[in-house]
Amino acid sequence: MSSGKPRTIAYYPGCTLKTTGKAFEQSAFAIAKVLNIQMREIERWNCCGTVFSLTTDDTMHHIATVRNMIRVEEMGESEVLTLCSMCYNTLKRANEFIASDPVRLSELNDFMYKEELKYSGKVKVRHLLELLRDDLGWEQIRSKVTKPLSGLRVASYYGCALVRPEGAGVDNLEDPSVMEDLVRALGAEPVNWPSRLECCGSYQTLANKDLVLERTEHIVSSARESGADLIILSCPLCEFNIGTRQVEVAERSYGFKGLPVLYFTQLMGFAFGLEAKELGIEDEATIKLITEMGAA
Amino acid sequence: MIELGKHTKSRRDILDKVERISEVDVFACYQCGRCSGDCPSISLMDIMPNQAIRLLQLGEVEAVLSSKTIWVCASCFTCTSRCPKGIDIARVLEALRQVCLRKNIDQLDLNNIPEEERERYPTIAWVSALRKLSG
Repeated sequence: MSSGKPRTIAYYPGCTLKTTGKAFEQSAFAIAKVLNIQMREIERWNCCGTVFSLTTDDTMHHIATVRNMIRVEEMGESEVLTLCSMCYNTLKRANEFIASDPVRLSELNDFMYKEELKYSGKVKVRHLLELLRDDLGWEQIRSKVTKPLSGLRVASYYGCALVRPEGAGVDNLEDPSVMEDLVRALGAEPVNWPSRLECCGSYQTLANKDLVLERTEHIVSSARESGADLIILSCPLCEFNIGTRQVEVAERSYGFKGLPVLYFTQLMGFAFGLEAKELGIEDEATIKLITEMGAA
Repeated sequence: MIELGKHTKSRRDILDKVERISEVDVFACYQCGRCSGDCPSISLMDIMPNQAIRLLQLGEVEAVLSSKTIWVCASCFTCTSRCPKGIDIARVLEALRQVCLRKNIDQLDLNNIPEEERERYPTIAWVSALRKLSG
């Protein structure tokens, strides 16, 4: 464990990290402890809205984001950390959209007149991957690795919200490397594969399930054909679509072979020597796969 | 009776609205088809994204508003990111959805989702689908 004063940061969990995506939050807290990062959950946070409203006359749909920004400023913080890609994308874009226009900002502040604090527009929204890369650096991550994942071939799945559109992502939108760099720091081997930026179908999982099953089959098969042992990602909706839904793909597509899907924080936890149960991983085959690699 | 390529006042009004709330000039499109080539939802679309833009240029707003295309978009921004003319196609599709949704014409009937499915969907799927597909 690191000693000294921890790096503290306000933390916004979002709706799904408290429900089906609990393992993401649990594993993030576990690796944050190892890295001496203290994530302070903001009080009375509300759902970000999950998707950034794209029409320019629609100020009202950004109110959820701005209210969360007020909560961050109430803590005396000027940055907020997210784990979920969709929260990151929505909070970041809505925050910039409102904060960049004094008229919109004052309209929303005026609407929320019962809030004691007016939002200044100055909070910065950050993703955990950015914090790892820019504030800690890969050397520091590498120094915490006690079980290098040698031989494990990892496909990093970015999907949409983590990289697109221009200016909204954590990295270059057509050629990101942050997750591959992380994989290398953990001693594993990043897989170069063609579908890492392709959308999983997102919210169409409710309205057009077949589309998502088609996407999942394509994306997982692409990772597999490129030699991956597993997929890592950063979005609880992607995790449901290309992870959980693999069972349904296998039922309808003869010969489909799945792959384990983990949050990047879970993979980090393994390399840091943490137990599967501390990382919210229950699948025995996945645990066996990774621990065998780590032992090599 | 719809006359092809005819810019009537009501069509012009809808197109103006789409361009205004998306802040996109659809007439910048030169039909390269890149948006359609990269679209993950293309298999469910009845008209391709580049065709939708062409129909808007021709004034055929009803054909686009009544298409499946605008509702199967997953807002992944691949088209937006790769358009060589810098057209934000995702914003155009959102504006078209909004033209319908602001009249309270919902596209998501929760009764169609089987009960056993409802239990397992993540919150994020509910919120995003309801925001995109209902008014």
